[in-house]
Amino acid sequence: MNAFHPLLAERRAQVVRIVMLATGLVILGAFFRTQILGYRVHALQSRTNRMRPITVPAARGIIYDRAGQVLAENVPGFTVAVLPGPEDSVLATLRRIAPLARLSTGEVGRIVDRYRRAPYQPVVVRADAPLAMVAALEERRLQFPGLLIQTEPKRYYPDSTVAAHLLGYVGEVAESERAQPRFAAVRLGGLVGKDGLERQYDDSLRGRDGMRYVEVSALGRMVREDIVPPLPPQAGTPLRTTVDLDLQRFVAAAFPPNRRGAVVALDPANGEVLALYSAPGFDPNAFVGGVAPEYWRHLTEDPAHPLLNRVIQARYPPGSTWKLAVAAMALKRGIVGLRSRMPIPCRGGLQYGNRYFRCWEPLGHGDLTLEQAIAHSCDVYFYQLGLKLGVTSLLEDASAWGGHSRTGIDLPGELQPEYPSGREYYDRLYGPGRWTSAVALNLAIGQGENAQTPVNMARLFQMLASDGRPQVPHLVRARARRDAASLDLTLEQLDGLRRAMISVVETGTARGSRVAAVTIGGKTATAQNSHGPDHGWFIGFAPAEAPRIVVAAIIEFAEHGTAVAPLVTRVISHYLRVDTLEVRPLDLPSDTTPGVMTIPDFVPIVVP
Amino acid sequence: MTPRFRDLDRPLLATTLALAAFGLATLYSAGQTDVPVAFAHIWRRQLAWFIFGLGAAAFVVRISPQLLEWSTPYFYAGCVALLLLTLAVGVGGGTASASKSWLAIGGLRIGQPAELAKLGVILMLARWLAERREPPGTLRELIVPGMIAGIPFVLVLLQPDLGSGIVFVAILFAMLFWAGTRPSLLLLLASPVIGLILAFSTVAWGAWIVLLFGLVLWWRPYVWEGLAVMLANIVMGVVALPAWRSLAPYQQNRLLAFLNPEIDPRAAGWHVIQSKIAIGSGGLLGKGFTAGTQKRLAFLPAQHTDFIFSVVGEELGFLGVLVGVTLFVTLFLILLRIARRAVDPYSSLLAFGVLGMLFTHVFENIGMTVNLMPVTGIPLPLFSYGGSFAVVTWIAVALSLRTAWQARQSGYRDF
Repeated sequence: MNAFHPLLAERRAQVVRIVMLATGLVILGAFFRTQILGYRVHALQSRTNRMRPITVPAARGIIYDRAGQVLAENVPGFTVAVLPGPEDSVLATLRRIAPLARLSTGEVGRIVDRYRRAPYQPVVVRADAPLAMVAALEERRLQFPGLLIQTEPKRYYPDSTVAAHLLGYVGEVAESERAQPRFAAVRLGGLVGKDGLERQYDDSLRGRDGMRYVEVSALGRMVREDIVPPLPPQAGTPLRTTVDLDLQRFVAAAFPPNRRGAVVALDPANGEVLALYSAPGFDPNAFVGGVAPEYWRHLTEDPAHPLLNRVIQARYPPGSTWKLAVAAMALKRGIVGLRSRMPIPCRGGLQYGNRYFRCWEPLGHGDLTLEQAIAHSCDVYFYQLGLKLGVTSLLEDASAWGGHSRTGIDLPGELQPEYPSGREYYDRLYGPGRWTSAVALNLAIGQGENAQTPVNMARLFQMLASDGRPQVPHLVRARARRDAASLDLTLEQLDGLRRAMISVVETGTARGSRVAAVTIGGKTATAQNSHGPDHGWFIGFAPAEAPRIVVAAIIEFAEHGTAVAPLVTRVISHYLRVDTLEVRPLDLPSDTTPGVMTIPDFVPIVVP
Repeated sequence: MTPRFRDLDRPLLATTLALAAFGLATLYSAGQTDVPVAFAHIWRRQLAWFIFGLGAAAFVVRISPQLLEWSTPYFYAGCVALLLLTLAVGVGGGTASASKSWLAIGGLRIGQPAELAKLGVILMLARWLAERREPPGTLRELIVPGMIAGIPFVLVLLQPDLGSGIVFVAILFAMLFWAGTRPSLLLLLASPVIGLILAFSTVAWGAWIVLLFGLVLWWRPYVWEGLAVMLANIVMGVVALPAWRSLAPYQQNRLLAFLNPEIDPRAAGWHVIQSKIAIGSGGLLGKGFTAGTQKRLAFLPAQHTDFIFSVVGEELGFLGVLVGVTLFVTLFLILLRIARRAVDPYSSLLAFGVLGMLFTHVFENIGMTVNLMPVTGIPLPLFSYGGSFAVVTWIAVALSLRTAWQARQSGYRDF
């Protein structure tokens, strides 16, 4: 029978029909599974693979001084970024952008690394692009698929170096920081405070980043913006500080140029920080949009350590300023009165055991009361006072008001002063029984095992200038809190100590710096420095009758506190708005042999 | 005597024109994107090709089967010659720029001979099978038809174009089946390919050899044929790995990506994943004509050629797919009816060959958009942009129209 006989052909046609219909059903089944059953999954994928979330950075909170003047604000800046997409198209765009964005090969490499770490975020090419560059890129926009130019709030410090250490600076969050719970919410590449107030109050200053979505093509080119309502960023909370910008500026201007040192001014009544200055400084604006490598190298390799906030992160022997602490301890214990004299008058030194301890005045001060001894900073008087107190009291009483603990100022990285907490310290240092009470002589004049931060010394004088109780120095008012400790002196005793310090300025070691219109009390000191010329201290307060300001200043290699006193009196006069014409200009030895300052336990601040 | 337009097979004409209109509209939509694409206005060129194809069809429908049968060997020889010429001087182009499948004159690409060769194979097989009184009954008798399809198959594979090559094999099997070849013989013919595929698992391959041995004993072909089949399967098992290694990496990747598109989501699997996302996000009613987001943003690969059906899925949803697939199945059933009622075996085989070719294209192309089939770059008839295949499709339809007309003229009636 012929194969094309209708009967046979019909039998085959039946097979073919079944195959056709079955195939059609299988295909429709596959589409049904994909389109109807898999609709939700695929619809979601369809949204996600064409939508790119873009972070809209929040403006950081503005930082104000006590009068509402701006310390840190935000100005509009441009960020150039490339939208994430297939790696090859991102790399191609980067390569094409590089010449216009003036990127070196190394920079491109770093950008690519960053992209690979977070391949779903826009990769920032330049965080701080100048307008001309933005214009050049916009002009050629079509050549760069995925180019994203955003205006972003950029941190700006109007006074630049003036309040650098106080404010700190901002920078991209480091990997190690993101591991901490505090910064866990910060996106990769997000900005956080790196130092100073920016760091301390980062949580409230940071704000919350917003989010918007753009639609991109398969090649990562942006097609439409804001296809769904964007989530607006929440600006950071403004920060009102206790700083007096006017005073801060004056301090920065009055501080001798090219010198190292620190100045801190407190309100003795409540511990508010009025000014906080450390020299040399740095420009916090240089960190915005990423610090230039050369500048970073300069900051980190300069032997003067410009990033170091000397007010809280450098420790100096307090020298004679410590005599006030010793006097306070002795008065509290009732060992001496304000008019008490020591058995041995000063003849330029004191023989103790087999050692002769010199007074700074080789001619001797003669027979002095406590007040006079403070005014003239007589070492011999305090050697004897120290012996009367004894090592144990000297160590214990200092710790009672915080002589070897941090002040708790609201700035990151405050160092603990170095001061022995008890006799065990010397047992460890020299071995039990192998040291004598001679250490008390050194401790009594602020030498020996004693290194204080300027802010800690400022707090000591704040106590002396108020009711004897410490106030935690603070820059933001909400942080104000009282310290339970106290110098434990009567008002008369405090008054007597203040009178003694007034004599320091009126007739004593700082008499050259007296100002006619206001009575200033204070104390000079020379901090012995084994690496070069001695450091000079002056800590003063005014007006003496009812102190409104305490200023602690140290200038490295100033040789003597006498040289620092005029700086402090000028600052005080400026703050109290009194005539400063009578203040003599600073008379400092030239800074020709600065030497290298060693800072105990120096911790490098933050390396981005 | 030449057929008049109103005497032509209306269902075939109507279905084909409906599909062509659907296809053109989809091609228009494929060009509506949010990113600049080269194929934004390509539907106009496709329209021009359709008009040219309709002209060719109007010419072909006037050729009598006798003349066609007489000229078939020359036409087939011409196709083979063109394929050889392509191998020698062919150029790459379009979405398959790596393979040399185009003939060009003075830099102007004029066509893909592989598409024409599909017609040549259909005609030649029809002629050879129709000349015989009995269908091929032994493997030995399958050598000639195997050669007819095999020569262009090999030439196309050398371009290299695996997808088009498979179409020749599909046409061969379809027409052998329609000519009445026993299914068991077709299975034996296909067995080396099955053995090749199963060779990647030694256990599966072993089981297959045992099964095949049983089948050979059961069906009792000539002894030497049985031996040849067994030998071929064993050889396939041995050469499978070297053969796999000889595939171009893109071919390997496509086969691997078919098995698991997530293997390499950015490269080989990308097409299928994006296609499924587009289709799946269409849902029941789709995102609206020209409004497909994946298509507009060029996430769909080759959305004007190989993956054009994904545009239908995304924009018109499951309902659009249902209409499209129904139209194609209707077309196939009409072609089957025409083949079934043809007045002579040659015409019948011709119509069935056209059915086999179109079915392979449609099933493979639509199937790959939902990962039912591996990705091969063969076009969807009347949808995908492509001049050569558009013209070939219209000519194939014209051949079927002529066959239907012949049957109608002879007063054929179903019993």
